Parts: sequence; structure tokens; C-alpha cells
Amino acid sequence: MNINATLIGQAITFAILVWFTMKFVWPPLMAAMEERAKRIADGLAQAERGKHELELAHKRASEVLHEAKSKASEIIAQSEKRASQVVEESKGAAKEEGERIIAAAQAEIQQEVYRAKEALRQQVADLAVAGAEKILRREIDAKAHADLLETIKAEL
Amino acid sequence: MSQNAAHEQGPSAYITHHLTNLQGGEGFWTFNIDTLFFSAVLGLIVFGTFWLAARKANAGVPGGLQNFVEMVVEMVDNQVKDSFHGKSVLIAPLALTIFVWVFVMNAMDMLPVDLLPSVAAAMGVPYLKAVPTTDLNLTFGMSLSVFFLIYFFSIKIKGIKGFAHEVMFAPFGKYLIPVNIMFRIIEDIAKPISLALRLFGNMYAGEMVFILIALLPWYMQWLLGAPWAIFHILIITLQAFVFMMLTIVYLSMAHESH
Repeated sequence: MNINATLIGQAITFAILVWFTMKFVWPPLMAAMEERAKRIADGLAQAERGKHELELAHKRASEVLHEAKSKASEIIAQSEKRASQVVEESKGAAKEEGERIIAAAQAEIQQEVYRAKEALRQQVADLAVAGAEKILRREIDAKAHADLLETIKAEL
Repeated sequence: MSQNAAHEQGPSAYITHHLTNLQGGEGFWTFNIDTLFFSAVLGLIVFGTFWLAARKANAGVPGGLQNFVEMVVEMVDNQVKDSFHGKSVLIAPLALTIFVWVFVMNAMDMLPVDLLPSVAAAMGVPYLKAVPTTDLNLTFGMSLSVFFLIYFFSIKIKGIKGFAHEVMFAPFGKYLIPVNIMFRIIEDIAKPISLALRLFGNMYAGEMVFILIALLPWYMQWLLGAPWAIFHILIITLQAFVFMMLTIVYLSMAHESH
């Protein structure tokens, strides 16, 4: 129970233990704990940011979807309009074409008729000349009456 | 075992035997070998363990040992942060050392009172006090170290003049300088003595009660032994905590000027 030199020994042991703790135990543990606390805080902040970003992305996605929908309906309307326009245009073109074909055919018919008439006229003239020749062979000299014949031919 | 020991020696001889240190040396230069041995071995074991944990400490998910050590360190760190507002690399590790070391030394009380003395007796060692904190030399060794630190920091932070000023003019002002100095002396002497005697008294009394319980017949011992041991777990922790807390408070007082 008396105080003796053990006190000094204990004080030295105590000092050594305090020094050891100060040097080798406390700093690495504190460093690790602070590092972990920082990491956790960072992680939480990141999670929060991620959540926020997700929300934004959701919002953007719905916006884009909405836009796409409206664009699609616009395109559909436009294409419907264009289709009817095309139909209308082709109808007009067909009509025009038909009219053109008809006109061409009529012109051809006209020409054909004209040609036939010409041919008929020629043939009638030839026939008349041949008939007249036959009648007049004996009395008409072709050379002498060439003027007359030409006139008749022109009249025909 | 205690039965035999008690019956062989008689109760008072048994108690005296249990309260005698294993000593070596003469006069003041006597060493309580058991106190020195157990405190050093316990210090080595527990701070070696802490060192192992600290060496492998990383910021990832802590394993069992690291988790436990960090729990203790964090508790101490919180206490230091609550009461001490300066910056010091010493105080927190000092508080950790005090708490952990005093705790394990107190915890020796939980071993059966006859276990280590019997083992020692079998090895030819006549006396053995297994709980180092029941030795005044240890408690005073620590409290005087703390006392020295209080003065060291007082003078380091405030300077000789500031410290002298504080001694003379606090708490009653300049007209009562002698009273102030008297008060200061009493206060400063009371600090290490109360620190040392509180721990010593609690642990010595606890040990004493365990020894008295060991004198009972073996079939009666559990009746008192179990409640006392359970209660003593509280005292062990509380005394370690109180010693640490008061050290922090004294040192933070040394850092602040009045």
C-alpha cells in the first residue's frame, strides 16, 4: 500500500503507452474513419444527384415522347393531305391526257379523211381522164388538147 | 480452492495475503513487481491489438476487430470533442490510452480472486495482486502524469505570466490575492489526489468485496458473487470513463484562460 518506486515505473509505462497510441494507433484509425465518413457523404451526395438526374431524364423522356407523338400526327396529316393532292393531280393529268389523246385521234381521223378524199379525187380524176381518153381517143389528139385536159384535171 | 486457502490460513490471513503485493527492492526503491508486470502485459496485449487494427485500418467496410476498435476510438473522440475545444494531437490519444488501459486493468477484477494467486503459488511466487488499479502507485503514477501535463499545457498555452496572473487573480479578483493562491493550491493538489484515490478506492473496495465473498462456503458464493460481479462490470467501465473524462476536462481547463 505504500507509495514506492513503482509509481515511477507506472508513470514511465503510461508515458510509453500514450506515446505509442499517439504515434501508431490514433492517426491511422482516425484517418480511416474520416476517409470512410467522407466516402459515405460523397456516396449519399452522389445518390441524391443520381436521383435528381433520373427525375430530369424521366421528364426529358416524356417531353421527347410527347414531341415525337405530335410530330408523328403532324406527319400523318401532312401525308394524307399530300396523298389527296396527288390523287387530285393525277386525276387532272389523266383527264388532260385523255383529252389530248382524243384530240390527236380526231386530228388523225381528219387527216385520214382528207387523205382518203384526196385519193378518191385522184382516182375519180384518173377515171374521168381514162373514160374521156377512151371516148376521145379516136378524135382528140392528146397533144392538141393538153390545155383542156389539164384544166379539167385541176377542177377535179 | 478458496475454501482450502481460507481454512488453512484463517480469514484475516487470507485477506492480508490477497492484498499484499509481490515486492522487490528496499525502502522507496521497492517495486511492486505484480503491478508492473500485469499493467505492462495488459498494455502490450490491448495496445498491440489496437495497433494491429490500426495498421490494417482502411476506409472500406471494417471487419470485426477494426469495427470494435473504431467504436471505442469514436466514443473517446466524441467525448474529447464535446469537452475540449482547442487543437491538440495529444489529448485524444491520451484519453484513449487512459480509458482502454484502465478498463483492461480494472477488468482483471472479474477473474476469480484466487485464480492468478494460485497459479503463481504453484509456480513458487508467494504473493500476487492481479488487479493493478488496486495499487496506489499505479493510480498515482497516472494521475501525477496527468497533473504534470496540466501544468505543462497551462504554461505552454498561457505563458508563465499568464499562468501566474491566473493563479493570483482568479477567481476573486485583485483584492484577495492570497486567498486566490490558496484556493488554487488546494484545487491543484485536489486534482491528482482525487483522480488517483477515486479509481484506487473503487477498485480496492470491489476487490475487497470479492475476497470477502470468496470466504463464504462455495455453495453460497454465487448468491453474492454473481450480483456483485455484474454490478462491478458497471464500476469497471464507469471508473475508466471517469478517469478519462476528468483528464480531458482538466486538460481543457488548462487550455482555456479564466
